[in-house]
Amino acid sequence: MSLDAAIQRATAPAILPGSGGVRGALSDLFWRRPKVLLLLMLLPPVLWLGIVYIGSLFALLAQSFFSIDEFSGLINRQFTLKTYGDLFQAANLDIILRTVTMAALVTLASAIIAFPIAYYAARYARGRWKALFYLGIMLPLWSSYLVKIYAWKLILAKEGILTWLFGKLHLQWLIDAWLSLPVVGGNSLSVSFTGTFIVFVYVWLPFMILPVQAALERVPGNLVEASSDLGASPGQTFRNVLFPLALPGIVAGSIFTFSLTLGDYIIPQIIGTSRLFIGQAVYSQQGTAGNIPLAAAFTVVPIVIMGFYLWGAKRMGAFDAL
Amino acid sequence: MTTAVSFQKASRHFGSVRAVDAVDLDIAPGEFFAMLGPSGSGKTTCLRLIAGFEQPTSGSISIFGERAEGVPPYRRNVNTVFQDYALFPHLSVLDNVAYGLMVKGIGKAERHKAAEEALSLVRLPGYGARRPGQLSGGQRQRVALARALVNQPKVLLLDEPLGALDLKLRENMQEELKSLQKVLGITFVFVTHDQGEALSMADRVAVFNDGKIMQIGTPEDIYQRPKTRFVADFVGSSNVLPPDFVQRYCGQHRWGSLRPESIRVGRTASGEGVSARLVSTNYLGATTKLALDADGLKLHAIVPAGNPLPVEGEAVVLTFNREHLHLMDEPV
Repeated sequence: MSLDAAIQRATAPAILPGSGGVRGALSDLFWRRPKVLLLLMLLPPVLWLGIVYIGSLFALLAQSFFSIDEFSGLINRQFTLKTYGDLFQAANLDIILRTVTMAALVTLASAIIAFPIAYYAARYARGRWKALFYLGIMLPLWSSYLVKIYAWKLILAKEGILTWLFGKLHLQWLIDAWLSLPVVGGNSLSVSFTGTFIVFVYVWLPFMILPVQAALERVPGNLVEASSDLGASPGQTFRNVLFPLALPGIVAGSIFTFSLTLGDYIIPQIIGTSRLFIGQAVYSQQGTAGNIPLAAAFTVVPIVIMGFYLWGAKRMGAFDAL
Repeated sequence: MTTAVSFQKASRHFGSVRAVDAVDLDIAPGEFFAMLGPSGSGKTTCLRLIAGFEQPTSGSISIFGERAEGVPPYRRNVNTVFQDYALFPHLSVLDNVAYGLMVKGIGKAERHKAAEEALSLVRLPGYGARRPGQLSGGQRQRVALARALVNQPKVLLLDEPLGALDLKLRENMQEELKSLQKVLGITFVFVTHDQGEALSMADRVAVFNDGKIMQIGTPEDIYQRPKTRFVADFVGSSNVLPPDFVQRYCGQHRWGSLRPESIRVGRTASGEGVSARLVSTNYLGATTKLALDADGLKLHAIVPAGNPLPVEGEAVVLTFNREHLHLMDEPV
């Protein structure tokens, strides 16, 4: 009897059992003051973002207001706009214009190619097909960027598989005609802007597909039905319902494709002409030329362009459907 | 006279599932027609067949005498009020309502004027500038209604339009829909799983089960004279009486149905009737629902509030008028 009572006393749960040691006290503190936990969690990333990330970016930007002494090659650490004057020389403007045009075309082509794929994945793919879709989009991202680009160099080369395929289809004249065009043409696809363009689109396409697919996935299927019910043809439904609702996704994707193309220096180095893109200009200015201020000024260009791009996209209402 | 909507042996199969199975149906112009049934009974698929979102696997469908198979939804003068309203989140309320006119190429001033009028019709004047996200559920429902009505459809389809509203709002909307339909004279086809809604609003009701129509008739027909056990049970949850039981009271060996409100519950001393035992009581405000056990046969009765009630477990005697016992066509 007394044993039973003792067992009962030992096993009966206390109404307000005390906390267990330091960890318990810490848990209780976090429960009572959730903001303490939030602060502790956010402190490291905020320090990283604020000091290491943004801080070094500002250090870089500050360099663009210095100038280089052309005789000694030393950096003159005094505030000047001389470097920006150099940036707006015709040769440098050419580089900027070429890069922006390429980035815009790559973005446009990515959006056009990505939309149907994303639409299929969001609306129709289920189960196994959806897994296959993600695998297909992600798989190229798992392999080395350099390997992919060199593989493309072989594909696009004069003796490459593409030329061979077109030859077999008796379409060699098509490639020849395209390559004989000014600007986009060249000796072979691998040394033309067309080649650069194709590889850019290939490499950045997943970054467009995924946000567009995410945006389309959030569009309820009955909106498409409602539009059709109200008399809109499929084309009108696309223009008035699907496209506006997918636009935030397209804009998100285009931020990737546009800015990645603006900054890339490896693809145009390996595939394309000898004419420079912004990334290559930065690379050569800070490397061989040792002109860090001009390199820094070049990096400001994509940042400013993206700033205007986002501002314009916001004004056009691209984020209204978010 | 042509019919507004006519199904001739129309079926819609999804693989081996017969969502709609050889349905024959005629809906008259200007009629308020309800399709009633449990979920998965094929009523919504029927609605989608009329809207054009689904095509019949076999059979034919005509709308005002014109064959509708193969005609896409955007070329049918039929509009739908969707269950969750399907308002375009990126457009203002006014542009939502004007959408149908916009895609027809009607100018901005004219379509906005028509949209304003439609919003007044559903008692939401001046709400045009808002976004659908800023409206309450009831207001969204009205916008969806205005968006459909502005196109002046020949047939208006409503897919459980009141399902997401709370009780009070739903009762108001029922009355409004009914009076709107009278004023406009448009054929309304209304899908619901709520039998009370179907009975109170519709001119005629079709009761669906397993892709087939069990019975079509006026609400009174459906309620008072169910043809099958399913209809009796689903519409107002009648007591279904087995043939042996019915034979004892009116000499015919047939399935019968007896409305719970037709049963009178008395004390044992009061004389002849069906002797039963009170299993439980369920207080519903204006009425009380009694679960009874008559020698293994489970019955329920509804009695008005205020009457003295027997206690649970007490033996009672049930009486009813013979004419309230309805004999069904259900094969024995």
